[in-house]
Amino acid sequence: MNDIEKNLLAQVADLHEIPIGAYNIRRDGEAAGRNSTANIEITSKTDKPGIDIRIKPGTKNESVHIPVIITQSGYGETVYNDFFVGAGSDVLIVAGCGIHNSGCDTSQHDGIHAFYLEEGARVRYVEKHYGEGEGTGERIMNPTTLIYMQKNSYIELETVQIRGVDSTLRQTYVEAAEGCEVVITERLMTHGKQIADSEMEVDLNGDDSRARITSRSVAQDESVQVFRPRVVGNAKCFGHVQCDTIIMGKAKVSSVPEIAANNVEAQLVHEAAIGRIAGDQLLKLMTLGLSKEEAEERIISGFLK
Amino acid sequence: MLSIRGLNYEVETEHGPLGILKNIDLDIETGRFVVITGPNGGGKTSLAKAIMGLVPATAESMTYNGTDITGLDVTERAKLGISYGFQQPPRFKGMLVTDLLSIAAGRELTDGECCAYLTQVGLCTSDYQGREIDAGLSGGELKRIEIASLLARNASLMIFDEPEAGIDLWSFARLTETFRELHENSEATLIIISHQERIIRLSDEIILISGGEVSMSGPTEEIFPKIMNATVPGCAFLEDRK
Repeated sequence: MNDIEKNLLAQVADLHEIPIGAYNIRRDGEAAGRNSTANIEITSKTDKPGIDIRIKPGTKNESVHIPVIITQSGYGETVYNDFFVGAGSDVLIVAGCGIHNSGCDTSQHDGIHAFYLEEGARVRYVEKHYGEGEGTGERIMNPTTLIYMQKNSYIELETVQIRGVDSTLRQTYVEAAEGCEVVITERLMTHGKQIADSEMEVDLNGDDSRARITSRSVAQDESVQVFRPRVVGNAKCFGHVQCDTIIMGKAKVSSVPEIAANNVEAQLVHEAAIGRIAGDQLLKLMTLGLSKEEAEERIISGFLK
Repeated sequence: MLSIRGLNYEVETEHGPLGILKNIDLDIETGRFVVITGPNGGGKTSLAKAIMGLVPATAESMTYNGTDITGLDVTERAKLGISYGFQQPPRFKGMLVTDLLSIAAGRELTDGECCAYLTQVGLCTSDYQGREIDAGLSGGELKRIEIASLLARNASLMIFDEPEAGIDLWSFARLTETFRELHENSEATLIIISHQERIIRLSDEIILISGGEVSMSGPTEEIFPKIMNATVPGCAFLEDRK
C-alpha cells in the first residue's frame, strides 16, 4: 500500500499495520486483504458486491475490521455487508470508509450494513468516514445501517464523520426485541459547502428494551446538516434522544428529533439544541492563555470527542 | 506589581452612557492578598474584568510587572501571568474536568496532579476527573472546578470573582484554607472579590468599590473595622465613608 492508502486506513480504522483477528480490506472495489479466524468467517457474496461475516455463538473479545478505501477519482460502488452475530458473543466491529479524490470526478461509496444479533449477543460497532484529496471531484458516502436484535442483545453504534465528506445521507434502522439495549453515538463535522443528512429510526418492540441516541455535530462555513432521529416505543421501554449542534459561519442546521409511543408504558424523551460557541466559553479559555482560534478548536474537539 | 491609572469603563444605555468604573487608580504590590468588596452593582466585577481585559475599558495606563498591558487582549494578559476565575463559569459540553485543568496548566496533567487540584477545592477526585463540564454539574461543583483551573494555571496574579458564591459551608471552609495556603506558600498576588468575613480577614488589604469608584483602600486591619461598624443596610459603605 502507498502512503495515501495507509493514511486513509489509519484515519478510518486506526490501522497502522495488519490488524489482529478477522479483517477484510477493500480498495477501489477489490479485496486488498482478508483474514478469517476460527470463530469469525468472512466470505464474499456471490449475488452482489460485499461480504458476509459470520460470528460463532459465544465468541468473545474478538474483533473484525472491514475498512474501505477509495483512491480512484470517479469510482463509485454500492456494497452490501451482512453480519451474523451468534448468541452470547461479545465482539468489536470496526468499519469505515476513506476517500482520497485527487481528480475532478465524483468518488462515491454507498455501504449497506445489516446486523443480525442473536439472543444475548453484544456488539460494539465503530464506523468512521473521512475524505481528503486536492481534486475538485466530490467525495460522497451514503451509509445505511440495519440492525435486527433478538432478545437481550446489545449494540453500541459509534459513527464518526471526521472531515472531507462533501455529501452524506446516513440512514439507520434498528429493531429491538425484549431486553435489548441500543446506544447510538453520532459525531459529525461539516465544512465548506458540505451536506449531511442523518435519518434514524429505532423501534423498541420488546418489554424492557432501551435506546439512547446522542448526536453531536459541528456545522461550519456554508455547510448544511439535517437530523431526523426517531424512537418508537411499541412496548414497556425507555428511549432518549439528544441532538446538539454547534453552528458557525453561514451554516444551516435542522434538527428534528421525534419520539412516538404506541404503548402506555413507553417512556420516551427527546432534547435538541443548536447554538453558536458561547462567548463566555471562548473568554474562559482565553483567560487560560489560548488564542480565540485555539479556544474554538478545543471547544469543538471536546464537543465531538 | 499591578498599577492602574485613570481606568474608566462605561456602557451605553437608553438614557445615554453610564459610567461603570470612574477614573480608578490602583497599585497592588506583588505577593499581596487583596480583597475587593463593596455593595452590589458598585463595579467590583467590572474592575476585575477590566484587569483581565474582558471588558472594553480605557485607561491612561495599566502596567503589570513593568509591562504596559493597556492595549493587550485577554490572551496576551493571560500569557503575562494574569488569570481570572469567573463568578458564573461557563459549561463545556464534551470537555472533561481533566481536559480543562490540563488546558489551564498548559500541559497534560497526570491523574495525580488533577487529583491534587480538585482536592484543594474540596472535590472528591474520583467522582470528577472523568466528568464532563456540562449541565450534570451543580453550580457549586462548577464553581469549585473553576477555582481548581486557576490553581492549575498557577499564574502570578490570580483574580477570583466571588469564589464563595454557591458553595456549601464545608467546602467554603476548605476553600478559605486553600486561599490561606496559597498566600503563605506562593509569591502569587491574590485579588479576591468577596463579601465573606472569613476571606476578608485573611487579606492584607481591602479595596472598597462603590459607585464605580474606589471609596476606601488600605490595610485590612485599618479598613475592616470601618466596614464592620457601618450601620446603614445597603448603603453601609457609603455611610461609613461620610
